[in-house]
This record gives sequence, C-alpha cells and structure tokens, in this order.
Amino acid sequence: MDPAPILDRLGLTPDEWTAIALSLRVAAVATAASLGPGLAVAWVLARKRFPGRGLLDGLVHLPLILPPVVTGYLLLLAFGRRGPVGAALAEIGIVLSFRWTGAALACAVMGFPLMVRAMRLSLEAVDRRVEQAAATLGASPWAVFRTVTLPLAMPGILAGAVLAFAKAMGEFGATITFVSNIPGETQTLPSAIYTLTQVPGGEAGALRLVLVSVALSMGALLASELLARRLARRLGAA
Amino acid sequence: MSLGLDVSLARGAFRLDVAFTAPPGLTALFGPSGSGKTTVIACLAGLARPDRGRIVVDGRTLLDTDRRIALPAHRRRIGVVFQEARLLPHLSVRQNLDYGRRFLSRRRADAPGLAFDDVVGLLGLGHLLARRPAGLSGGEGQRVAIGRALLSRPRLLLMDEPLAALDAARKAEILPLIERLRDAAGLPIVYVSHAVSEVARLADTLVVLEGGRVAAAGPAEALLRRGELGPEHAAQGGSRLDMVVAGHDPASGLTRLSGAVGPLSVPRLERAVGTPVRLLVPARDVLVATQVPLGLSARNVLPGTVRDLVPLGDGAVRVTLACGGAALAARLTQASVRDLALAPGRPVFAVVKSVAFDPQDIGGGRGTGPVEI
Repeated sequence: MDPAPILDRLGLTPDEWTAIALSLRVAAVATAASLGPGLAVAWVLARKRFPGRGLLDGLVHLPLILPPVVTGYLLLLAFGRRGPVGAALAEIGIVLSFRWTGAALACAVMGFPLMVRAMRLSLEAVDRRVEQAAATLGASPWAVFRTVTLPLAMPGILAGAVLAFAKAMGEFGATITFVSNIPGETQTLPSAIYTLTQVPGGEAGALRLVLVSVALSMGALLASELLARRLARRLGAA
Repeated sequence: MSLGLDVSLARGAFRLDVAFTAPPGLTALFGPSGSGKTTVIACLAGLARPDRGRIVVDGRTLLDTDRRIALPAHRRRIGVVFQEARLLPHLSVRQNLDYGRRFLSRRRADAPGLAFDDVVGLLGLGHLLARRPAGLSGGEGQRVAIGRALLSRPRLLLMDEPLAALDAARKAEILPLIERLRDAAGLPIVYVSHAVSEVARLADTLVVLEGGRVAAAGPAEALLRRGELGPEHAAQGGSRLDMVVAGHDPASGLTRLSGAVGPLSVPRLERAVGTPVRLLVPARDVLVATQVPLGLSARNVLPGTVRDLVPLGDGAVRVTLACGGAALAARLTQASVRDLALAPGRPVFAVVKSVAFDPQDIGGGRGTGPVEI
C-alpha cells in the first residue's frame, strides 16, 4: 500500500513536515551516537566491580529523575557558548547550543538511562558459563564478546535502542531549555505541537502532528517487537 | 603427555591444596562432591586462578605464580567438556563444532589430527548438524560438546563429570566413545567422576580427592584393588581385570572371558569373540574357599594362593590372592580369616558369582592392538 495518499490527506503543512523530518533526524542521530557509549557503560555496570560503580550508576540514571528542564539547563551551562565544554568545542568549530545537534545531545542524554538499563539487563542475563566454554575453545575475551556476549544480548540491545529512539522522539523539556524552539533548526515534533497549541487556530495542526507522533511511536514499538521475536526464534529450537 | 599440578586456593571456608603428577593416558579425579574436583579442573583450564601454584602440561608451563606466569584460558589449548553441554545457543550444531577452528592458527588447523568428518562420524552427529542446541536431548548435546572440544585441537581434554546429567542409557552410549578417544586418538584426558564404575572402566591413573586434598594418587589398578577410594567408597574397590571375550554360551545366557586370572563367566555381553574387555571384580563379591567347593551356585571358581592379608580397621580384612598371573582382592571378615586359617602362601579357591558383574559396567579393553575409529 502506498502511504503517500494517506499522508497527503492528513494535509500537513511544509512547516509540520519540517518538524517531523527534524525529529526523525535528531532521534536517529541521538540513538546512533548513544549506542557505543551505552553498550560500554552497560557492560561495565553489568560485569565489573570497582569503587565508584554506584556513582556511575547514579550519574547515568540522573536524567531519569531530574526535571527535564534542570537537565536542559545543566546542558546549557556546560555546552553553551560560554560553558566550559561548549567553549572548548567552539574552538574546533563545533557549536551545539541552539543547533539541531544540540537537540540530538539533549535527546541522547535523556534517553541514555533507558538504553543502558535495557542493555545491562540483557548483558547480565548472558550465561557466563557459555562464555567460559568459548574461552576454552580458544576465543580471546574480545572474541568472546563479539561472538557470544553480543549476539546473546542483542534482543536487549535492540530494545534499548528503540526505547532511546522513542524517548528522543518525545523529548521536550531538556531540548527546549537547551536549544530553544527555532523552526527548521531545533523545533522538533513535541516543540511544534506545543507551539501550535499556543497560537489561535493551531488546534488542527496540533492534532495532525499528534496523530503522526502516535503512529511513529507505535511503528517503532512494533518493529522492535518483530525483531525481538525473530531473534528469540533464532535462540529457540530450530 | 605428562601433567604436573601443585595448586592452593582459598575461597571462603573452602581450601584446596592439591598436588599430583600424572603420566600419559586417562587420569581420573575421584571424590565426593565438595572435594575440589571441579575446582582442580577450573584451575587446569584457566577458569579459576589459584592463590599459589604451578601447572605444567607436557613441559609447557601454564601457571607459575612464583614466576608470574598465568596463561589465560584461550591460550592454554585445553579442551573442556562440562557437566552441562554449554553449547552456544545462537549457533547451529555445525557452527558449534566449528567454533574452535576459527581461533586456530593455519599451521595448527592444517596439522594432521581428527578432522571434522572424523569427529562427526565418531560421535554420530551427522543427522544433528543443522539443528539448534535447544532442540537436542541431553545425550546429543553432550556428544556435540565432546566433538566441539576435540575439534579445537586440544593438547589435553578435561571432562568434568560429563555423564552426571545423563540417564543410564545415554551413559552407556557415551562411555565407549570416551574409551575410543583414550585408546585410538591417544588424547590425554583428565576425567572427573564420583562413580567407581566409571573410574574402573576408564582410568589409567587415579587421583582421589577428599576435602580439598589428595587422599591417594597412583596407578588406578592398584588403588582400586587396595580400596584406596576415600572412606565413602573404600568398600567398593576391587580387582580390575583386562580380559578377552572367549565365547558365548546361548544355553545359559552367559559369556565366557579369558585372561591372566583364569576363565570367568559373566552375563551375556553383546560383543564379538576376541574383543578385549575390562571389568571390575568387587572385593566384597569375592568368596574364599580352602577346598574345591561342591554343590555351589556360583559359576566362577578360580584356584590361587594367598599373597597377603591387610586388616582394614573396620573389622574387615583385604585378602589378596594370586590367581594365575593376576591379583584378585577379596574383602573378608576377620572371623572368616581366622576360621579358614588364611595365611600367605596357602592355596585357596576364589569364588565369584556371575551376576556380580553388571554388563553396563564392563568396558572395552585398554590399548590391546589397534582400534578402529
């Protein structure tokens, strides 16, 4: 079925399309950029015992419990043009504040705890005895990670990525605080909906975007469910 | 291959302090649960780190805490078959079997030795190759685990109670395979067990563990005959005999064996005449008579002379007889020894019931002639 007529019938304005495209780009970049660090932190938390482990765990979970506005403001303090990190990055030509890349950073930070949590649970569930068996067959620790740990934890890793993506699609508070609400640059789907509800006659546009938002979230959930099922079948009886 | 191990390790209340050396062949680690058998295997494989110690396999030092040598598990080239199969659940049987090969250097992979098809044939895995581990029975999974370990081209194979999780029928299916590995492939094996019958079938060398220490170590035949199997199993010792199938007697349902000890009748064995077999004659199933017994139900009466008598502390005496060219141990009460006036040099007759032998426990003979694999 061709989706174009349906989308046409929604009657989305060019500005609304821009917000949708930007949101997808921000969420995709935020998720992709979090994958590596998320997996590393999840692995460390799942497998290593060291002083400061509780601190790391708390730090990762902080965006989950802090008011998003607070997280956004802290990002602004650190990554703003005059912030310690922001100033250093500006030296090498990277500017995050009030740019779509900053929106991606805000979304990545907000989604990080969800991603790490899912990955960590699945890493903890991997049978260490099977990893030991692989080592006795000649696999180095890195080879064990690549050929045993990673494939066995894949359903949880995917779940973590989908959660982070969904979170990024819906992130509002930290984003608007850190990078504001600039159409075409930092106005993501939630910001656009918010803006439309604040202007007279914007209800119809807000409703259209709400429908799109629901559809995208449902789609992401469905896709992850299908993937997880396929992986589970691979691990089950063939 | 020779194996030298001397390790100590403390984990909470458990202390392990084990040292032994073993010549080539199959070495059995025997003892009750909690005696440290699995920990010794983990130390050998590099999966546990002893607090102090030295492990040398075939002149190659795998561990020497004094010299700060500790080879990681993946560089030891020691194959391990665990109690559970521990197959990689996301790979097919074929991929599991092939898993170790990708870590072999070209030179080692091309070196002569057991090839994929040999191992698949030996273990009867042909029809399982496309299956996933989750769809295998316990016995099938354990056979795949053995094949996978063999194909990683180990210098030494460790087997940690590989039959513990299997029923009698599956055990009967896998024990002959282990005998073939030992005899035909010449692969040095360290085999953990707490079953006397398995040890009697398989072991060349026996190391008895008790509470984290070595209670006895030496040639399996002598330790079994002297009942040096730890306090729990002392009464289960006996004489291990390597014999040959001499014939079958369909009328009585018995199989005749011949060997240095003399002729023995055992319950029917489904093996061809001339097949070497190995069996344990439990010392407590051997009676001693001073004259040829008449009107007796037991089929096996073997003439011999008393070689020595050793009191065993619990009121029993181990009487060792020289029967033909073999030594046969009998476990008798002190009262019987006194009544019969048994003394070294006295001619006697050893009596063994045929049904004392469980055909399930009779193994293939050790290293007599070439064996097909």
